[in-house]
Amino acid sequence: MSILVNKNSKVIVQGFTGNEGTFHAEQMIAYGTNVVGGVVPGKGGQQHLGRPVFNTVADAVREAGADVSIIFVPPAFAADAIMEAAQSGIKVIVCITEGIPVQDMLKAKDYIQRFDCRLIGPNCPGIITADEAKIGIMPGFVFKKGKIGIVSKSGTLTYEAADQVVKAGLGISTAIGIGGDPIIGTTTREAVEMFMNDPETKGIVMIGEIGGSLEAEAANWIKANGNKKPVVGFIAGQTAPKGRKMGHAGAIIGGADDTAEAKMKIMSECGIHVVSSPAEIGDTMRKLV
Amino acid sequence: MDLHEYQGKELLKSFGVRIQEGIVAHTPEEAYHAAIELKEKYNSGWCVVKAQVHAGGRGKGGGVKLAKSPDEAKMHASNIIGMHLITPQTSAEGKLVRKVLIAQDVYYPGETETKEFYVSVLTDRGRQCNVIIYSTEGGMNIEEVAEKTPHLVHKEMIDPAYGLRAFQLNKIAFNLGLSGTAFKEMRSFISNIYNAFVSSDASLIEINPCLKSSDNLIIAADTKVSLDDNGLFRHADLEAMRDTDEEDPIEVEAKEHDLNYVKLDGNVGCMVNGAGLAMATMDIIKLSGGDPANFLDVGGTADANRVEKAFRIILKDPNVKAILINIFGGIVRCDRVAQGVVDAYKSIGDIPVPIIVRLQGTNADEGKKIIDESGLKVHSAILLKEAADLISKVLK
Repeated sequence: MSILVNKNSKVIVQGFTGNEGTFHAEQMIAYGTNVVGGVVPGKGGQQHLGRPVFNTVADAVREAGADVSIIFVPPAFAADAIMEAAQSGIKVIVCITEGIPVQDMLKAKDYIQRFDCRLIGPNCPGIITADEAKIGIMPGFVFKKGKIGIVSKSGTLTYEAADQVVKAGLGISTAIGIGGDPIIGTTTREAVEMFMNDPETKGIVMIGEIGGSLEAEAANWIKANGNKKPVVGFIAGQTAPKGRKMGHAGAIIGGADDTAEAKMKIMSECGIHVVSSPAEIGDTMRKLV
Repeated sequence: MDLHEYQGKELLKSFGVRIQEGIVAHTPEEAYHAAIELKEKYNSGWCVVKAQVHAGGRGKGGGVKLAKSPDEAKMHASNIIGMHLITPQTSAEGKLVRKVLIAQDVYYPGETETKEFYVSVLTDRGRQCNVIIYSTEGGMNIEEVAEKTPHLVHKEMIDPAYGLRAFQLNKIAFNLGLSGTAFKEMRSFISNIYNAFVSSDASLIEINPCLKSSDNLIIAADTKVSLDDNGLFRHADLEAMRDTDEEDPIEVEAKEHDLNYVKLDGNVGCMVNGAGLAMATMDIIKLSGGDPANFLDVGGTADANRVEKAFRIILKDPNVKAILINIFGGIVRCDRVAQGVVDAYKSIGDIPVPIIVRLQGTNADEGKKIIDESGLKVHSAILLKEAADLISKVLK
C-alpha cells in the first residue's frame, strides 16, 4: 500500500520531448516508474526514449491506458494541459510547472472538479512512492522504502525531511510535494487524510510555510478525527518579514493568521508535534513511532 | 509587482473606470504647470499633491497635501519631492519621493453630499476564487473597519467559470445604499474594475476611497494595484511600468542574474537551493543565535558561475558577518557545487567573513572532501545540525 501512485501506475509525460520533460522522464524510467509514453501536439506517432508520443492526452489514455500524467509544459500553456488531462480521463495529474498565472489556475482548478481526478501541484516536486513509482523531479535515492508519509509545500525541504526520516531508520511510504503556489490541487488536509487511511503509513511529516491557511485546516482535521497517527510538523519562514514574497508565489505573510508563529500554535493545539528547527524532523519522528 | 498610484489609475482608465484625473510632476515647476493644466481641462481650482511611492498611509507621513492654487501646488511639491516619506508601511528611514501626482479636486460642492466607499478585488486563497470586498466605510484602514465593525465589510465571491454576474453588480450597489445615477455609475464602475483585474492579471486592485461625488459620479480617488508576477509574460506594457527606484538595489541586481533574493536586516547571509529550504535555513540561523541577512534561492543549477554571483550579491551587504551555504543535492551533485564554491572563492579573492558550507544529498561526501582539501578557510558540514552548530561557533 501507499497513496495515489504505485508500480502499476501508467504514466505519461505532457511536454515529453522538451529539455525538462526528456531529462526527468529518463530519471523516472531509471527509477522504475512505468512510463508508457508522452504527449506533444504535432509529434504523435514518433518514438521518444523508446516510448510512443501521442498528439493528445485522449490518444494516450485510449492507446496506452495512461492513468497518471506529469506536466512539464511552459507556464503559458500549463493550465490548459491540466484541463486536457482531466477531460481525457487521467486520474492523477502532477503539474511540475512553476510560474502559472493565478487567474489561469483558478479556471483550471474549477474545471477539473467536474472530473474524477486529483491534481498535485503546480509548482511542486511531484509525488514518489518509494521503490515503486517516482512521478516528479525529486532525487529518488533519498526516498528509501518505509512507513512515514510526507506532505510538503517545498521541494528541497521535502528531500531534507525524507533524508532525516530515512537516516532515523524509518523510511518513506509516499511523499507528496503539494507546491508553493496560492492555488493548488491537492491540499495539505487531503494528503493527510489519505495518509491517515493508508495502513502502510505509521506516521506523517507535515511541512508547511508562511502564507495561506492549509496547515491550520489540516491541523483542525487531524484533531477532529482523533489524532490517529503521530504527525510531526514544521513551518518554514519563522524569520520571514511581512508582505514579502519568499520565493514561492504563495509564501507571503498577509495577515496575522498566515505567520509561521500562528500556524505552529494552531498545529500544537491540535496535537501535532511541531519542531522549531528543521534539523529535528527525523529524530522527533523516531521517538514517536 | 506593485504599480504607482498614477500608473494604476492609467490602467483603470483604459478599462473605462472613472478616475480622479492627474498629471505626474518630477519638479516643483512641473507641479505648477500641472495645476494650471488641471484647472483648464477639468475646471479644478484646487488640486491635491500626492507623493508617488510604493507605500500606503502616505497622508499620515505628510505625503499628501491640498493646494488651493498653482503656487501652493508648487510649494507643496517642493516640500514633498526629495523628502524621505515615513509611513506605517515604510522602514524607519522612509522612502525617497522622486515624483508627485498633481490630482484634480473631486470633493467639489454640489447637489448631494459626497460619500467615500471602499472597493477592492483580490483572489481569495481559501475559497479559490476572486472576491470583491466593499464597504460603506471608505477612506479608512479597511483592516480596522473589519475588526471593529465586521458587518460593514461585504464580500462578493466570483465563480471562476461564470465570472461577475449582473445580479452581483446590483447587490453591491444596493448594499452601498445607492440609487439613481450613482447606482448605475457604481454598477459599471465595479464591472470595469473587475474586468481590469482579470484582464491584466492583477493580484490586487484597491480603491480607497472610492468616491461618490456631489454630482453622483463614482470616481477612483486613490488606487493601489499589484500585479501577479506570473502573469507579466503576457503584459509587456505593464512590465514596462516597473519602477526599480522603488526596489532595493541589491534585489534589482540579483533579479538581473536570475537569483531570487530578498534583503533582510540580519548578520548571517545564506545561499540555498529551493525556496522552502531557504526559509528553513533562515530559521536555523535565528535558532543558532544569528539573524538572517537575506533570503536567497539559487535554484536548481548551483554551478560556479551562479555561486560566484550569489557570493557577490550577499557580500554587498555590509552587515554580513558570516555566510551559510546550504545545498541539498538532488539532480545537482554536491561535488560540482563544492567545486563551484572553491572556484568562486578563488575568483573573488579574499572573502572577509567565515563561510559554512553544508552539502547533503548526491555525492555529499565527495563534496565535503573537496571543501576540506581546498585549503580555504571554509567550514564544511553534512548534517543540518552540524551546520547550525557551526553558525553558533563562528558568531562567538
